[in-house]
Amino acid sequence: MHEIVTLVVNRDVRPVGVPSHYTLLEALRYGLGLTGTKQGCDKGDCGACTVLLDGEPVLSCLTPVWEAEGREVRTVEGLAGPGRLHPLQDAFDVCGAAQCGFCTPGILMSAVALLERNPNPTRQEIREALAGNLCRCTGYTKILDAVELAAARIAEAAGASGSASAGGQGGRPGEAVAAGARAPEGPDTAGEREGGA
Amino acid sequence: MLRLAPFRYHRPRTLDEALGLLAEKGGEALPIAGGTDLLPNMKHRLVAPAELVALKQLAELRGVDESDVALSIGACETLSSVARDPRVRQYFPSLARAAGSVAGPQLRNMGTLGGNLCLDTRCTYYNQTYFWRKALGFCLKKDGQVCHVTRVGKKCVAAHSADTPPVLMTLGATVELASAAGRRTVPVTEFFVADGVANTVRRPGELVTRITIPLPGPGLRTSYQKLRQRNAIDFPLLSVAAAAELEGDDVVRDLRVVVSALGSRPRVLTGLERIAVGRRITDEDVIEGVAERAFQQCHPLANITVDPDWRRAMVPVYVRRALAELAGAAAVAA
Repeated sequence: MHEIVTLVVNRDVRPVGVPSHYTLLEALRYGLGLTGTKQGCDKGDCGACTVLLDGEPVLSCLTPVWEAEGREVRTVEGLAGPGRLHPLQDAFDVCGAAQCGFCTPGILMSAVALLERNPNPTRQEIREALAGNLCRCTGYTKILDAVELAAARIAEAAGASGSASAGGQGGRPGEAVAAGARAPEGPDTAGEREGGA
Repeated sequence: MLRLAPFRYHRPRTLDEALGLLAEKGGEALPIAGGTDLLPNMKHRLVAPAELVALKQLAELRGVDESDVALSIGACETLSSVARDPRVRQYFPSLARAAGSVAGPQLRNMGTLGGNLCLDTRCTYYNQTYFWRKALGFCLKKDGQVCHVTRVGKKCVAAHSADTPPVLMTLGATVELASAAGRRTVPVTEFFVADGVANTVRRPGELVTRITIPLPGPGLRTSYQKLRQRNAIDFPLLSVAAAAELEGDDVVRDLRVVVSALGSRPRVLTGLERIAVGRRITDEDVIEGVAERAFQQCHPLANITVDPDWRRAMVPVYVRRALAELAGAAAVAA
């Protein structure tokens, strides 16, 4: 029997009709069509299904959908803004941090939570924050590089926008920063991208 | 893809309501806190509750309270909140380390301290899909008659695999249990029994509500050492918790060592008084004496796919590391 659960996903209120034994992962993928969140091992070993629940990374494959009701769910679909990527997504592209890409959404969500809590993490802190996410392509080095690059660019953009507009915009810090950090057509980024591809 | 079987999900608002539901539904209902142990086991058809009673939203099971004599931790505090709690870190660094080394960050944000105490035992022949287990003819712990580990035994030897209980045992902690019939308090050392099928004294319909740890006296040092293949996600292949009260800087007044992840319950090493009390913890004879006793008392079986002889050989190694950490650690006191 289906029941209506009201989820708040990426700031949108999304009522969804699902069987009462569905996990949050199943509600996202099969109820709402948000297939960015991946179904990997389905038993808590791999981290591919990581989403943020009230800002904390959790495994959606082991979260009963009812536990997400009334709480803020963030998925990989909520990272990019209109016409621009989140600095982490851009850095994953630039660094070649996504190989087959299956682990990438979960890793991005773990990394977003880290950078929002700790904007300037050490390499070891990045390792610890991503310790629950497996990459079967084993491309960990480039993933760590990408998170470092994103942190540096966010800091750089925050510095630049801080001097330009003195923190005048109202959105979340990450969003304002993302707008400032993104320079996809810039010569430096384009060059790196060609080198990486 | 692993599907859950259908169930109803109850979200009671008070502890009494939760206990009432569990009593009313009897064996049909199971409590769920973080769900990080229960849901994989349900997906593997190891348990099949028709109803789940959610606990995580219950205020009575939350909070860390310090009194003059003890620190009391709500059973539904998450492992990450226990690991980062400033009082836990100050008084009981080994507990912070054990809680902070469970699985990975996401699972620590979900799993709870009470749930870690109630973690189901684990075994190569048990933590598998229904399809896998059926192909082998099932096992003693679930649906079958044969133990594939011992081949002859009639007793399940699945391994206690939780990180925090051995530490809580070295700290003299107690567990508060509640059911519709009443409440009781059990020392963590008496909470576990040597039966892999059901390895705690918690009765059906009974909940762990709080874990209470006496505040440290002067000179307490603690350690937690964990052996595993990867430094994250994996359950322990072997764990050693130790706590010592030292006089001066290094003379042992009391030493407690618990070795776990081998059998169905954590093993409290016995006979350490004669070896260690009144002597320096850095004394080679003390270290080797305790390590040798640990080796004698621990007999791992092939309940996980790692060579039991090697796991046994690692026991004295990890006991030595624990004692070295005790010797080097700063004393904590409330």
